[in-house]
Amino acid sequence: MDWLIPLILTVITASTPLLLASTGELITEKSGVLNLGVEGMMLVGAISGFAVTATSGSAILGILAAIIAGMLMSLIFAFLTLTLMANQVATGLALTIFGVGFSALVGSGFVGFAIEPLPGLHIPLLTDIPLVGEILFGQDFLVYLSIVMVIAVGFFLSRTRGGLILKAVGDSHHSAHAIGYSVIKIRYMATMFGGAMAGLAGAYLSLSYTPMWAENMTAGRGWIALALVVFATWRPGRLLAGAYMFGLISVLQLHAQSAGVHVPSQFMSMLPYLATVIVLVIISSDRAKIRLNAPACIGQAFRPAQ
Amino acid sequence: MVRLEPRRQHSQAMVYLSPVLAILMTLFVGGIIFSFMGKNPFDALYTFFILPINNSYGISELFVKATPLVIIAIGLSMGFRANVWNIGAEGQLTMGAIFGGGLALYFYDSESMFLLPAMFVLGAIGGAFWGGIPALLRTRFNANEILTSLMLTYVATLFLSFLVHGPWRNPEGFNFPESRPFPDAGLLPVIYDGTRVHLGTAFAVLVVIAGWILLSKSVIGFQLRVVGKAPQAARHVGFRQKRMVWFTLLLGGALSGLAGLFEVAGPIGQLQPAISPGYGFTAIIVAFLGRLHPLGILFGGLIMALTYLGGELAQITLGLPNAVTGLFQGILLFFLLACDVLTKYRVRFGTPAAKGEAA
Repeated sequence: MDWLIPLILTVITASTPLLLASTGELITEKSGVLNLGVEGMMLVGAISGFAVTATSGSAILGILAAIIAGMLMSLIFAFLTLTLMANQVATGLALTIFGVGFSALVGSGFVGFAIEPLPGLHIPLLTDIPLVGEILFGQDFLVYLSIVMVIAVGFFLSRTRGGLILKAVGDSHHSAHAIGYSVIKIRYMATMFGGAMAGLAGAYLSLSYTPMWAENMTAGRGWIALALVVFATWRPGRLLAGAYMFGLISVLQLHAQSAGVHVPSQFMSMLPYLATVIVLVIISSDRAKIRLNAPACIGQAFRPAQ
Repeated sequence: MVRLEPRRQHSQAMVYLSPVLAILMTLFVGGIIFSFMGKNPFDALYTFFILPINNSYGISELFVKATPLVIIAIGLSMGFRANVWNIGAEGQLTMGAIFGGGLALYFYDSESMFLLPAMFVLGAIGGAFWGGIPALLRTRFNANEILTSLMLTYVATLFLSFLVHGPWRNPEGFNFPESRPFPDAGLLPVIYDGTRVHLGTAFAVLVVIAGWILLSKSVIGFQLRVVGKAPQAARHVGFRQKRMVWFTLLLGGALSGLAGLFEVAGPIGQLQPAISPGYGFTAIIVAFLGRLHPLGILFGGLIMALTYLGGELAQITLGLPNAVTGLFQGILLFFLLACDVLTKYRVRFGTPAAKGEAA
């Protein structure tokens, strides 16, 4: 049993950035916008959070900076695709290419810096409960926030008027426009929410997961987050399950080696990417299910008739 | 108030002007970024864009760097025209290098004149194989090719890393993670003495011509153009979307694989963990910079090759981090996409005229 607790702890930390980023992208996609720039927004969030934390000494300021940076990145995307009606796929790719370059440039001055990782929660008695204490009550606050956010998003989408409007905009922008909702404004907000969450996911990586900066430290997690949204068929409950499943797959490598499994490390590192492909295939082959759940207007530009 | 008003037909002038405009805006923003970094913007821009090509060796290096970009971008542009988003060219390039390079390592003492042509074939097969997987998954299982092709890039890179760290490591190589050097019979001949310009560069020119003929003269080229512009019309006349997916991903994969083989059999000469500074991703920008047209891509490839050379030079002489190259590439793509709006819409100032005069 002594391997189980560390395993669960590493699964939680590996899953949290995926959950944060995919929760944001879920809202963006529900509004009918496909932002493929998650990887770039996460990287810019990661370096902004790290740089501000390292220079100011305050992790809270760092996290705020990461959220703002993610939102600014998504604003570039929103302006190009929603206002100028540029192709969403191409613009999302541009956002990732830009984010990789920008974060590496800013980050070149921060390689080798060390910061204190985000402190874990400590509630006397509760955190000290054997076995489950540290898992349930010893995480840093972003872990709890990621779970609160996915529940909140689930509630928002299924139980609130705002959620209904958001889904209407994503499913039929012309009807939503006809009954008087501002499609573009709502999509701007949904896109910026996605940016903020991606920035937060990046901050989690550079402040908690590995408290340091390295070029391209997201290593494809932004793309996996995008795949998770499809895997979850745009439903928050399944997103939570999917993020933790991927977290588990991505830490298997560390634990397999200590358990004496002798597979070359490169093959173990391939697992999350291969799992993403397999999961996409399984989910997407059920065309009816995808058609039923996918926002009908996803990726389409909207231009109100004047 | 600024409004966008749809044009009746795409502006021909803007089709050519918008990339130029995007480049100028990128230079302007680049100058601002350089001055933020405490460099004289004019010196920095000069170092980045003029200095690398003010001598004949520099120009030859430009061709060396443009070669893979152009070859890959021609393949990708065919897919982008038909809304097939292959963004895994980097992985297809890697697989081409593994397949073709593997042959050179297997016959490492060969002197046969057939080795190189066989490597070409295997390189193309390797890339097409890696591009064919997303095609199969998209046509058979409806899986999004954007995500699958990208995920396979990570897999290919890790596979190459495994090979050069493990079974294909040079036994006489002091434990460095790299393969044996390829035999002379497996190296691309240099076509211009004193430079690194190799046979692949000549091939890139052929690919441009072939791409242009394919697009303008062949039936499948016509279908690609129609599918991209009017997908519903294409469906009505019975163009099969699945065939487009297979064709563009196999072609894009084969060309990327060849480009990868040219890199390892040309400038590099062996297999090593890193064989490309992101050519597969930069080629996406090249395709857009060239407006998905083969001749445009030729120019686009040269311009993007310049950003690589400029980045290297700026790193050496000005101490700028190499990441500046990626930043420039991203900004250029932003401006390209933004300027594209000018081909489809007219920018109007003021509120719409009441009696429809503005139309």
